[in-house]
Amino acid sequence: MAHPTVAVLERHLFLYRRLWRASVFSSFVLPVLFLVSIGMGVGGHVGRIGGVDYLAWIVPGVMASTAFQMAIGESTYSVLGDFKWVRGYHAMRATPVEIRDMLAGWLLYILLRVEIAAVVFLGVTGLFGALRSPWAVVTPLVAALVAVAAAAPVTAFAASIEHDSYFALLFRFVMIPSTLFAGVFFPVEQLPAAVRPLAYVSPLWHGVELSRAATLGGAPPWPAAVHVACLVVFAVVGLVWARAAFRTRLQD
Amino acid sequence: MVTTMLAARVSPGRVGAVLGRNVAALRTGPSYWLVLLSGFFEPVLYLLSIGVGVGALVGGLELPGGGVVDYAVFVAPAMLAVSAMSGALSETTFNFFFKMKYSKTFEAVLATPVRPLEIALGELSWALVRSSLYTGAFLVVMVALGLTSPVGALAAFPAALLVGVAFGGVGMAISTLMRGWQDFDLLTTGQFALFLFSGTFSPVRDYPAVMEAVVAVTPLFHAVELVRGLAVGQPGWGLLGHAAYLVVMAVAGLVFAARRIQRTLCV
Amino acid sequence: MRAEGARAGSGPGGVKPFAELSQASVTVAGVSEQPLIYARGLVKRFGDFTAVDGIDLDVAAGEAFGFLGPNGAGKSSTMRMISCVSMPTSGELRILGMDPVRDGSRIRGRLGVCPQLDNLDPDLSVRENLTTYARYFGLSRAEARRRTEELLDFAQLREKASGAVEPLSGGMKRRLTIARALVNDPDLVLLDEPTTGLDPQARHLLWERLFRLKQRGTTLVLTTHYMDEAEQLCDRLVVMDGGRIVAQGSPRSLIETYSTPEVVELRFPDEADYAGKLEGIGRVDPLPDRILLYAEDGDAAVAEVHRRGLAPSSVLVRRSSLEDVFLQLTGRTLVD
Repeated sequence: MAHPTVAVLERHLFLYRRLWRASVFSSFVLPVLFLVSIGMGVGGHVGRIGGVDYLAWIVPGVMASTAFQMAIGESTYSVLGDFKWVRGYHAMRATPVEIRDMLAGWLLYILLRVEIAAVVFLGVTGLFGALRSPWAVVTPLVAALVAVAAAAPVTAFAASIEHDSYFALLFRFVMIPSTLFAGVFFPVEQLPAAVRPLAYVSPLWHGVELSRAATLGGAPPWPAAVHVACLVVFAVVGLVWARAAFRTRLQD
Repeated sequence: MVTTMLAARVSPGRVGAVLGRNVAALRTGPSYWLVLLSGFFEPVLYLLSIGVGVGALVGGLELPGGGVVDYAVFVAPAMLAVSAMSGALSETTFNFFFKMKYSKTFEAVLATPVRPLEIALGELSWALVRSSLYTGAFLVVMVALGLTSPVGALAAFPAALLVGVAFGGVGMAISTLMRGWQDFDLLTTGQFALFLFSGTFSPVRDYPAVMEAVVAVTPLFHAVELVRGLAVGQPGWGLLGHAAYLVVMAVAGLVFAARRIQRTLCV
Repeated sequence: MRAEGARAGSGPGGVKPFAELSQASVTVAGVSEQPLIYARGLVKRFGDFTAVDGIDLDVAAGEAFGFLGPNGAGKSSTMRMISCVSMPTSGELRILGMDPVRDGSRIRGRLGVCPQLDNLDPDLSVRENLTTYARYFGLSRAEARRRTEELLDFAQLREKASGAVEPLSGGMKRRLTIARALVNDPDLVLLDEPTTGLDPQARHLLWERLFRLKQRGTTLVLTTHYMDEAEQLCDRLVVMDGGRIVAQGSPRSLIETYSTPEVVELRFPDEADYAGKLEGIGRVDPLPDRILLYAEDGDAAVAEVHRRGLAPSSVLVRRSSLEDVFLQLTGRTLVD
């Protein structure tokens, strides 16, 4: 007997087998291009930051932001599409699959995708000599936490809306600003004090700081447990919201 | 040859009609407006993050023409060129392809006296409208942040328009070759690679020699160099070469696109 | 309990898997001795709107049971409650002897649902659609593959098995959806408007497939607003209107109860009041475009019409149908 969660995961993997080509760029190529252009190109003009060269400083940030962007990107059109156009969740609903299986299978799928990208990225950056601490091995776990913290609320959002034009706004006004201002490319302390709290409420910032502490072997700005707790809160609130959103959408 | 072709066939009224259709389509709803508007923010955010944020770590940067400027001053013109490029491309690739393949807009238009070249010109004019809105607004931001002088902005604006026309023309040409939506992934990839490696974030002289040579033939590099030269107030004869590259791009793209529309839709 | 049905014959020989399937339904009925669907006072409200307004149902194993009614009659809401997707507002509902609120997942594991809107996976092939769906029921990979191959034959989609779903015709997609609903050997198959939107040829092919299922003893519950479909497929049906059951029985018995054996359709060249002049011949039902005259003997009624000196521009004598039953019960036609 296969567990329904496994069946849901399998379905997403089946689909991915069809569509993987489109994702190679965003999962593997884009982060490396970013490192080369910003990390090495711009980094050549940046002195040392936090005691290391600029490339080593942004590597953990780019890794966390890759997990963040993948999780958001995946949880938009495909989730809405499975309610609105494909009606794949309605198909599941007519079987023993429960809403918790739908969510668990879906998040497992995203985790799998993010973990593969994270491990590949870790290998590549290791070759660049950007990893300075054995703690670097925990960064895939941080990436997993960031992925769930981002994917759960976005999945809930995608399950609650009727029109896909909201996604362009999500990308432009949430995802891209987060990526650019949550401590990936420069320390958030540089932000004006008025906007700094915006970075603190982004799950990405917590992920960036945890990853950076791991690859460089320092301590994160807040106690690690607090950063983890913030991410867990995002994940849990997102899951609760997603469950409610799925239930509303699938019943009545 | 091109000029005779243009003179012989093109009616400004019909080009205007194609442009007018796009303006009318704007009334379809607020969502298109929001997407249009949000497209402007992306380069601004990059400017603030990399230009200002990372720039604070960089300090000054030496320009090829001599003189040291703030890193943000160096990056801002590049973001302006990128803004012109993406404004023009999003109109001439994604929307153009949709009109050509799915909504059959062009088929309907070609059933009237409008000719393929007039469609291409009309669409290009529209792309230019969008691109110039982005670049105009972006220049205002640059002047406000003190990243260029008002004179520099006035000089850079027509250059940015030329960038829009060049990428608009090529965008249309590419759209006529697209097989399906999956090809847009390739296009996005290419666009992003140009964005990262056209002397945008660091001077091309930093690149390895081979890469510098490759970058020198890619279009965004010429766009960035032209716009930057004018915006930082270092005009030179070399800029004419960059401008010529963009003019060739625009004309070649336009003619090719018109031919392809003719071949695929007028059979 | 109404445990009649065409189960006894158990379908044409040689198609083993479906013989097994029919066995399964027999066992269920035999062991539990209770209806597969049991409802008393079932109500579904959406805010102020009452979609289902207190209905009673018993559907026995092996039956082909139909909900007949116009759009908005409450058929689909009832079906969604039976398929344990939407919960009753009040009343008692037991499916396969279980409570949908507590045992929803277990019940769904033994149902096959063909929804009104196709929800096939467009990015998966025909075959993958079946295997993926089978896995939702916890079937092993080998079992899922085995069932898939059988069902490809049943749905007559073997040639299309490796292709995408999108290019399939409406009828093929619907057959695939029905095949998918059978992937778990269900005890009860629910079909919500199975032939809506299909052309006549595709409808007949689909009816033929459903008829075979019925012969194999599969319990079918379907909704429809087509009379011919209900008459073709259903052993027993309920007529719904405004969320209530207004009549029930076999198609024949409904016609006998609520109509006359024959109906005369009369059209007149002008719009004068002919209904009054027809009084006494039989029950008269004036419609916008024609007048229906219900009679024991249609030809005799037509003779009487002529004897009264009336000259209709067209006369049609036909057997009474469920359409007439519905008209008699609600005063409205089924499909506007």
